[in-house]
Amino acid sequence: MTKNVNITINGQQLTVPEDTTILDAARQIGIDIPTLCHLKDTNEIGVCRVCVVEVKGARNLIPSCITKVTEGMEILTNSPKAREAREMVMNLILATHPKDCLTCDRNSDCELRTLAEKMGIRKVDFGAPVKDLPLDDSNPSIIRDQSKCILCRRCVSVCNEVQKVSAISMINRGISTTVGTAFDKGLEDSPCVFCGQCVNVCPTGALTERFQLREVWEALHDPEKHVVIQTAPAIRVSLGEELGEEPGTIVTGKMVGALRKVGFDKVFDTDFTADLTIMEEGHEFLERLNGNGKLPLLTSCSPGWINYVETFYPEFLDNVSSCKSPQQMFGAVIKTYYAKKFNIDPATIFTVSAMPCTAKKYEANRPEMNSSGYQDVDAVLTTRELGMLIKEAGIDWANVEESQFDEPFGEGTGAGVIFGSSGGVMEAALRTLSEVVTGKELESLDFKDVRGLDGIKEAELTLGGQKLKVAVVNGLGNAKKVMEGLKAKELDYHFVEIMACPGGCIGGGGQPRLSTPEVKQKRMEAIYRADLGLPRRKSHENPAVQELYKEFLEKPLGEKSHHLLHTGYTPKEK
Amino acid sequence: MGKCCCGNTCQDSRLTEILEEYKGKEGVLIPVLQRAQEIKGYLPEKTIRAIADFFNKPYSEVYGVATFYAQFRLQPSGENTIRVCAGTACHVRGGKAILDKVCSELNIAPGGTSADGKFSLEPVACLGACGLAPVMMINDTTYGRLTPEKIPEILAKY
Ligand code: SF4
Ligand code: SF4
Ligand code: SF4
Ligand code: FES
Ligand code: FES
Repeated sequence: MTKNVNITINGQQLTVPEDTTILDAARQIGIDIPTLCHLKDTNEIGVCRVCVVEVKGARNLIPSCITKVTEGMEILTNSPKAREAREMVMNLILATHPKDCLTCDRNSDCELRTLAEKMGIRKVDFGAPVKDLPLDDSNPSIIRDQSKCILCRRCVSVCNEVQKVSAISMINRGISTTVGTAFDKGLEDSPCVFCGQCVNVCPTGALTERFQLREVWEALHDPEKHVVIQTAPAIRVSLGEELGEEPGTIVTGKMVGALRKVGFDKVFDTDFTADLTIMEEGHEFLERLNGNGKLPLLTSCSPGWINYVETFYPEFLDNVSSCKSPQQMFGAVIKTYYAKKFNIDPATIFTVSAMPCTAKKYEANRPEMNSSGYQDVDAVLTTRELGMLIKEAGIDWANVEESQFDEPFGEGTGAGVIFGSSGGVMEAALRTLSEVVTGKELESLDFKDVRGLDGIKEAELTLGGQKLKVAVVNGLGNAKKVMEGLKAKELDYHFVEIMACPGGCIGGGGQPRLSTPEVKQKRMEAIYRADLGLPRRKSHENPAVQELYKEFLEKPLGEKSHHLLHTGYTPKEK
Repeated sequence: MGKCCCGNTCQDSRLTEILEEYKGKEGVLIPVLQRAQEIKGYLPEKTIRAIADFFNKPYSEVYGVATFYAQFRLQPSGENTIRVCAGTACHVRGGKAILDKVCSELNIAPGGTSADGKFSLEPVACLGACGLAPVMMINDTTYGRLTPEKIPEILAKY
């Protein structure tokens, strides 16, 4: 049992459990202490010292984010000594930091700029040369501007401890210290999988996605172009955060209304191809279960995971589903079936996708993703960029009228929506597989064992008399555990869902920044609320999917599907 | 370096021997890097990758360690080593301008080696000749009371 201890903060007495940090204790009574490097549970290393406070009797000032309270501790957060020291730390950081906030990608939500404001810094006292380091823009997903890096190490912790990819480390020392890859190459030539988890936690403009808003505006302004947008399941529960709504608000209708006003010719729902994925992948699973292909089947919707398995476990590439991700299926269907059906020249179609993900940008640029004869997806926007687009268009979000997705790809089922959360693909597949195999309708559609934010979830079930063992994994650190288990033959499953990002797409690298576990929980609850609110909750009951098979694809795993909806993988060097 | 009877180059087999010696031991990265550096006088990319793979560590981490300690070189050293003083006395008397001039003359960065392999450059703390500040050394020869204008002439001697 944890003991309680009595302390005073700025003269105010309180009792807290003994493992509380000074920072948390202060926040409990409404006293805020500035922090910068600190990121709860992920980066608790106390390197920046922006959070120092005075403790009576202690010789030095103490970093409050990593120091636990002790009995009788008298803490002063605002003593002249503490304030002066914190200002000095900030001054040192700001001295070498570029000061182009006006045009910086983070100008509206930069933690460093906000902190300078909160601490009342109006002038930087040191004249030191501003950092001027080369930009890493070697890849389609992420841009690293090390000049804006304040060496907080959050990115390194996330990449090493959470994702276990370890593409980046601290390199050099003293004033030359930077964050870098091995041999200081671009991310493209490192094991980076472009999951963007580092981008999501960076407090400054040092890590951002590669913005594609300009390309999208150009297409929108081009009268020759037919511009369509697809929106991923997970962004309807997170986009609101970029526009001032509480986490967990479902904004589907408003989002569609706003995008129509922005000027897209059609606003479609990626849920449609999520349902299509279930049809293809479900049948692929049954094939494999019948002895045609390797088991366990590993899902393929998460491009960060695909990059990971190609780099670290190439011996498992035959286990990975050959299904393209819903984003890529969408692009391929738009520039073939849709173009033909509505008599539009595919060369004039510009497909945009709005995704919770930075790896999707990389995926859209893979050379093999052109089975329509054109690049299937022309531009990928993150949730954050979608928020910017709506703001740039001058749309008054508070008063946007709700609208509905366009036909024929506006029809998505609840099964498609839950793709946005860890466990969703598995649950959607199980809903369809159970009915396809048994021919009987399910009594309950909820497979609760596979839901939730736990990193590794397991479930056993019977499918047409056969016992199946499935697993659901989110976050690459957890994927590593499971892959090692499979490699050592200690684990044995039939079907494994793997998402690169902790929590699944609701925690994607392209989502509103600092997706804390609390925020992810709210987004996840919203996803399941959205599922319950839909008239159809099983992929095979999606009438638009049925029509697509009837008019065009013929049958799951058919020749056309094979060409447009499936792909292959290549081992990558570490 | 010539080929061994096994067909590998000598460095490869020496590296393997070193790695085997430390197999299964903890906290040996620094000594392994030191021993590996003895083979060629620096740590080529291939060596760092081999060490990382052997100890099942990320490349970025091993590279990070190698760049943290001044004793490790990641490029072959040049025939001649230039040490430009960055100590206080030299700094006050224009040491930075000397360093910049050497960099621009040889088109290298501190810690680097010139493309022709002739010079490598290391900034160092006080060389113990503060009276002559600003100071640099090339191999064992000390040059004092430097001005940027004198640099090309000195370099031309090597
Ligand atoms: S990172 Fe923040 S403080 Fe730095 S330039 Fe950008 S907005 Fe300003
Ligand atoms: S994108 Fe992912 S893999 Fe790449 S550096 Fe960032 S956290 Fe690491
Ligand atoms: S890149 Fe961003 S997260 Fe990483 S150390 Fe620099 S400021 Fe921190
Ligand atoms: S926030 Fe406490 S040391 Fe950085
Ligand atoms: S400071 Fe340069 S020799 Fe002493």
